[in-house]
Amino acid sequence: MRQELHRFFRAARGAGVRVSPAESIDAMRAVKDVGFSDRGILRDALLLTLAKSEDEKQALAFDEIAASDDGMSYDEWEARRAVKTAAMLKLTRFIAAESGGAHPSPGETQTGGASAPSPELGELTQMLMARDRNAIAAALANAANAASLSDIRYFTQRGIFSTRILEALGIARLRDDLDALTASNPSEAERLTAATEALRENVRDTVNQALLLYGREEAENLRHEILRNAPLARLERRQVEQMKVLIRAIARRLRERYSKPRKRQRRGHLDTRKTLRVPFLTSWKRRHRDRPKIVALCDVSGSVAQVSDFFLLLIHSLHEVVDDVRSFAFSGHLIEVSDILDNKSPEEAMSEIMSKVGFGSSDYGGSFADFEKGFMASVTAKTTVIVLGDARTNNLDPRADILRRISERSKRLVWLNPEGRMAWGWGDSEMPRYAAFCSVVRQCATAKQLERAVTDIVAAYQ
Amino acid sequence: MSNNLPAVSIEAVTSGLASAGYIASPQIATAVYLAERIEKPILVEGPAGVGKTELAKALAAWRGLKMIRMQCYEGLDEAKALYEWKYAKQLLYTQILKDKLGEVLGGAETLSAALDRLHDFGDVFFSKEFVEPRPLLQALEQAKGCVLLVDEIDKSDAEFESLLLEILSDYQISIPELGTIAAVVKPTVILTSNGERDLSDALKRRCLHLHIGFPEQKLEERIVESRVPGISQSLRGQIVGFINQVRALDLKKLPSVSETIDWARVLVLLQSSELDHETVKDTLNVLLKYEADIETTMPQVTSFVAKAGRQGVFG
Repeated sequence: MRQELHRFFRAARGAGVRVSPAESIDAMRAVKDVGFSDRGILRDALLLTLAKSEDEKQALAFDEIAASDDGMSYDEWEARRAVKTAAMLKLTRFIAAESGGAHPSPGETQTGGASAPSPELGELTQMLMARDRNAIAAALANAANAASLSDIRYFTQRGIFSTRILEALGIARLRDDLDALTASNPSEAERLTAATEALRENVRDTVNQALLLYGREEAENLRHEILRNAPLARLERRQVEQMKVLIRAIARRLRERYSKPRKRQRRGHLDTRKTLRVPFLTSWKRRHRDRPKIVALCDVSGSVAQVSDFFLLLIHSLHEVVDDVRSFAFSGHLIEVSDILDNKSPEEAMSEIMSKVGFGSSDYGGSFADFEKGFMASVTAKTTVIVLGDARTNNLDPRADILRRISERSKRLVWLNPEGRMAWGWGDSEMPRYAAFCSVVRQCATAKQLERAVTDIVAAYQ
Repeated sequence: MSNNLPAVSIEAVTSGLASAGYIASPQIATAVYLAERIEKPILVEGPAGVGKTELAKALAAWRGLKMIRMQCYEGLDEAKALYEWKYAKQLLYTQILKDKLGEVLGGAETLSAALDRLHDFGDVFFSKEFVEPRPLLQALEQAKGCVLLVDEIDKSDAEFESLLLEILSDYQISIPELGTIAAVVKPTVILTSNGERDLSDALKRRCLHLHIGFPEQKLEERIVESRVPGISQSLRGQIVGFINQVRALDLKKLPSVSETIDWARVLVLLQSSELDHETVKDTLNVLLKYEADIETTMPQVTSFVAKAGRQGVFG
C-alpha cells in the first residue's frame, strides 16, 4: 500500500501539485483511516490532504481523467494491477504445476492448436508458445518491478529500461531456445520469432506508460527551463500556449511574494495617542509604504508585439501586488489599453489592441508626443514608468526631450528592450540616446528576463 | 446531542451535520471526518454564501460544543487574537498592595537587599490572573473542547497568519512571561477564506484544504428543503433549476446558496406555488446584488422560467 501511495505522490508531483513530505504523511494517515474500499472517499481524502488550491485539485482530478483516456484512471489502474498480479500468480502456478506434472491434457492448455510445449524450453518461451497472455502480463509486471521501472525520469532512458525488463524476463534463455528451435523445428521457430516481436512491443508500451506517469515532473522542469530561456519574439504556436501558462505561474509567484503589505520595522515618530491608551508601552508610528503605481508604454509593432503581449499579460495579472496600472500601446500612434486588458480575456484583448494600433511601423517620437498631450497627468512622483520597445524609430524624430520630461516627473523610468545590447545604437536604434534619461535599461527577451525585470520594479517599492 | 469522540464513519458525520440542519456533500463530510481523525484544521475556501461559516456552526451544534469565533480583519494583532495583559488591574493591584509591599521591603537595609526580596516575591503581576484571554487562548482553555472558527483569514495581514501557525500545528500558544500553554482538549479548527489573497504555503500545509463550490442541483434542493420548511417540491425544483441557469451567466456576483434560501423564503411568504416570470422579475433583487447583473438577467427570465418549469416536471 505504502509503495503504491508513494508512486501516486510522484505522479501527483509530475502533474504540478507540490506534495511536501508533511503532506504525504497526512495523506497516508488519511488513507489508512478511510481505506481503499470506496474510491470516491479515497479520492476525496487525497484531494483534501494533497491539493492545496483549486488549481491543484483540478490538476489531480484532470490527471485521473487523462489517465482514464488510456482505459482506466490511476487508482483503478493500481487496483486492477494488484488484483491482476495476485490472480495471475495463482494462474501461473497452476499452469506451471500442470505442465510440470506429466499429464498435459489438451483441455487444460489455454490455446487451441498449440502443441504442449516441450519441457526443456525456457519458462518465457513456454509462455509465448502457449500464448498465455495472463502469465506473460504477470511476468512483465514482475520484471518491471525488478527493473524498478518507476524510477524512470527521461525519455532517453527508455532503451535501458526496456533492456533491463527483457533481461529480467529471461530474454537470454529465449534466444537460446530460438536458436535450438530454428535447427529442430523451423515452423515453431517462426511462431516464436513473431511472439518475441510482440513481447518487445509490449515492453516498449509498458516503459512508455511508466515514463508518462513518473517522468513528467522531471520532463516538465526541463521543458520549463528551456521555455524560460527561449526568446519570446520567436515562439512557435505550440509554445505560445505553454508560455502563457508559464507567465501565469510567474505572476502567481510574484503575487505570493509581494501581495502582503510589509511593515518595515523602522521606528518613526512617537505615537502619543497610542502610548497614552496603553500605559508603560511606547508606541511608534510606522512609516507608510506605497504600493507600486505603474504606467506602461508598450511598442506593439512587428517583432516586439509578442513580447509586449506577454509583458501586458504579466503586468495585468498582478492586481494584488500593484495598486494601479495604466497601459498604453503604440506603434504609429498611442492609445490607452488598460480597460481592454482588464475587461477582456487575454486573447480578445490582444487582438483588439492589434487591430487598433498594431503592426504599423513604429514612431516613437509621435507616440511620446501623444502620451505627453493626453496622459502626462497620470505620471506622478510615485509612478514607475516602463517603456517596452526596441527603440527603432525608423529614422523619425526620436523626441528624447519628451522622455526626459517623463523621467523628471516619475519615480523611476525603466526601459525594457527585447534586443540584445549588441544591437543597441546600430541602424535606426536610438537606444543610447533614450538610455540617458532612463533609471534602468534592461534586455528583456525571455520569460526569465521578464520575470527579473518585473520583480525589480515591484521590489523597489518594498 | 453531545459526543466528544471522533466520528466513527463518514456516514455518521453526514447524518450528524444533517441533524444540525446542514446538508453536507460527501467531500465536506470526508473533510470533517478526517479533521477529527488525524487532528488537522480544515481550511475552507469558496465563494461567499456557500455555507463555509455555517459548517462550523453546524459542527458545534451537532457536537454540543461551544463555538468560538475569531473574525479576521486588517490590522488584527496578538493583543486582540491571543491574549493581553490587564494593565488596569495590574495598576490597581500595585496601588492596593502598596502597604503590603512596603511591609515586605521595609526590613531591608540596603537597596540590593530590597531588590533581592522583590525577586523572591516572584512575578506576581505577570501571572495567569492578569492575562485577558482572547479568542485563540480561550479556545485552548475550554475544558470540553470547542469549535474554533477563524473566519475570513484572507482579510488579515500576513503576520497574523504566522501567528496562527503554532496553534494550528501544535495546539499551543507561547506567552513569554508564562511559558507555553497547551490545549486542554484539542479544539476542532475551521478556517474560512474567500480567496481575496493567496494564503501562505506554510498555513496551507498545516490544514486540510476543502473547496466548497456551488452545490449540485439535487443537493441544493435538499438544502432548501431543510432550511425552508413548507416549500412544495415542485417550487423547490423550479427555484433551484432557475438559479442554476442564472449561475451560467456572466455576472459580477453569482447567486449562492444563501441567496437561494432567501429567495425561497420570499417566494413562500408571497405564497407562490409556481415560478412565473412576473414574480421572478419582482423578486430578482433578492437574488442579485448589482444593478448591472439584474439588467443582464432580466431579458432571460422568461426562457429560464420555462426551462426550470420543464425540469420541475421531469425531475
